[in-house]
Amino acid sequence: MPPIDPPVDPPVDPPADPPADLAPSASVPEESPEGRRLPAPGPARPADGAPGIRFEKVVKRFGRNVVLRELDFTVAPGERVTLIGPSGSGKTTILRLLMTLERVDGGVIWVGDRPLSHMPRGGRLVPAGERHLHEMRKQIGMVFQQFNLFPNMNVLRNLTEAPVRVLGLSRDEAVERARRLLDMVGLADKIDAHPSQLSGGQQQRVAIARALAMEPKVLLLDEVTSALDPELVVGVQDLLRDIARDSDLTMLCVTHEMNFARDISDRVLMFDRGRIVEEGPPERIFEAPAEQRTRDFLHAVLAS
Amino acid sequence: MTWDWNYTGEILPDLLDGLRVTVLATVLGYLIALVLGLVWTLLRRTPSRAVNQAVRWVVEFIRSTPLLVQLFFIFYVLPSWGLTLGALTAGVIGLGLHYSTYTCEVYRAGIADVPRGQWEACVALNLPRRRAWQDVILPQAVRRVVPSLGNYLIAMFKDSPLLLAISVSELLGAAYRAGAETLRYLEPITVVGVLFVIVSVLSSIVVRRLERRYATY
Repeated sequence: MPPIDPPVDPPVDPPADPPADLAPSASVPEESPEGRRLPAPGPARPADGAPGIRFEKVVKRFGRNVVLRELDFTVAPGERVTLIGPSGSGKTTILRLLMTLERVDGGVIWVGDRPLSHMPRGGRLVPAGERHLHEMRKQIGMVFQQFNLFPNMNVLRNLTEAPVRVLGLSRDEAVERARRLLDMVGLADKIDAHPSQLSGGQQQRVAIARALAMEPKVLLLDEVTSALDPELVVGVQDLLRDIARDSDLTMLCVTHEMNFARDISDRVLMFDRGRIVEEGPPERIFEAPAEQRTRDFLHAVLAS
Repeated sequence: MTWDWNYTGEILPDLLDGLRVTVLATVLGYLIALVLGLVWTLLRRTPSRAVNQAVRWVVEFIRSTPLLVQLFFIFYVLPSWGLTLGALTAGVIGLGLHYSTYTCEVYRAGIADVPRGQWEACVALNLPRRRAWQDVILPQAVRRVVPSLGNYLIAMFKDSPLLLAISVSELLGAAYRAGAETLRYLEPITVVGVLFVIVSVLSSIVVRRLERRYATY
């Protein structure tokens, strides 16, 4: 999608009150000297539905290690996309960038018709400030490989803390929502338990409920069954299949479970060294991969 | 020299008065150390380099100079700059300030010990920074540091006789005065030792209870 060049001159003076986050402006070193112009709006977003996602020449490096190099890809509203590829190929980094756990070193990430990594200011895009990130994060939820439940709170409070503090729900509303979600993940009887009293699979189901309690429109799943004992994997995967079936969330999923990927996704992206080497519907990728890299990877994963 | 129980009985009320002052100074000083240490820790984590470097050097300076010198400074030097403090007040501030540099280090380690994933979960749930600190990070950090903090309480209690040097009438001072009157030091100084043991042992029992309570969620 070509960027529109709005007829604005680059501002001569810097903005009067640059947010504190601008200080490490090295976060966008790829920027041309005259600044980035506002590109065309992102993928159309159905009213109140899930937004699409667009990565536009996104660069991310850690030190000298370039993890993503000018990565472009789009996810349609409500689409379920699975990212596969060898470790270190940048899949998890993509989810972490979307959750704003990392900042881009170049390029722009769009969620719906709004930039996530940047915010508009005086006709240009500047690196996003904390307030902008807070606003944008409301649409996005994430489930982590290590669950990351709060061990100092019981299950109920894990689920109500953010809805009360962030969304401003009343305690009763939040408890009601928590009960409904715990019912859905099959852990209604664990409402007063502490995370340390739960199995890994139960903790991950609570973590999924906790993410959904914020009513995100985009759900990011980062190797959510990798830390589980084999016999607990199925329960979590079944739950996620149900969620995928019954919701209209946009989902991005990083996983090494190819059967799960096949069930859950509309499209699979195969990554290698920060680039997409192949993409397509799961049936085609898994049964007739076109690229040698994909064949090698699938062979290695399925052999294990 | 034989132990004189009658004499011991006579001086005991004065010594218990002294003990009361010692315990009071320790408790108040400890509260200051707990709060101020946390303030140092949080200031050291502010994004402003100027602030966190300044705090770093102040803390390093206080930790590296003797408590006795600091007590003298607060009690004898500050008045010449127009800030006159009572002996007990100066003592409490001295103890609290000095030990805040230790608790600061303890908190820092406790916070660093909270797994990164906890922060990431806070971001993913969009919790504001202040909430994340207050409801997630600090409660977990404090739990990890209860044992070390408890040890500093007892260490501080044992340092409190230094307040004698700025004329606080704490336990050791009371014993010293009693001895000076009668020229018998055996009983007063021995009782001081016994009282210190009793309070220290009681405190460590309390600390161990707290540890056990905080060890499980």
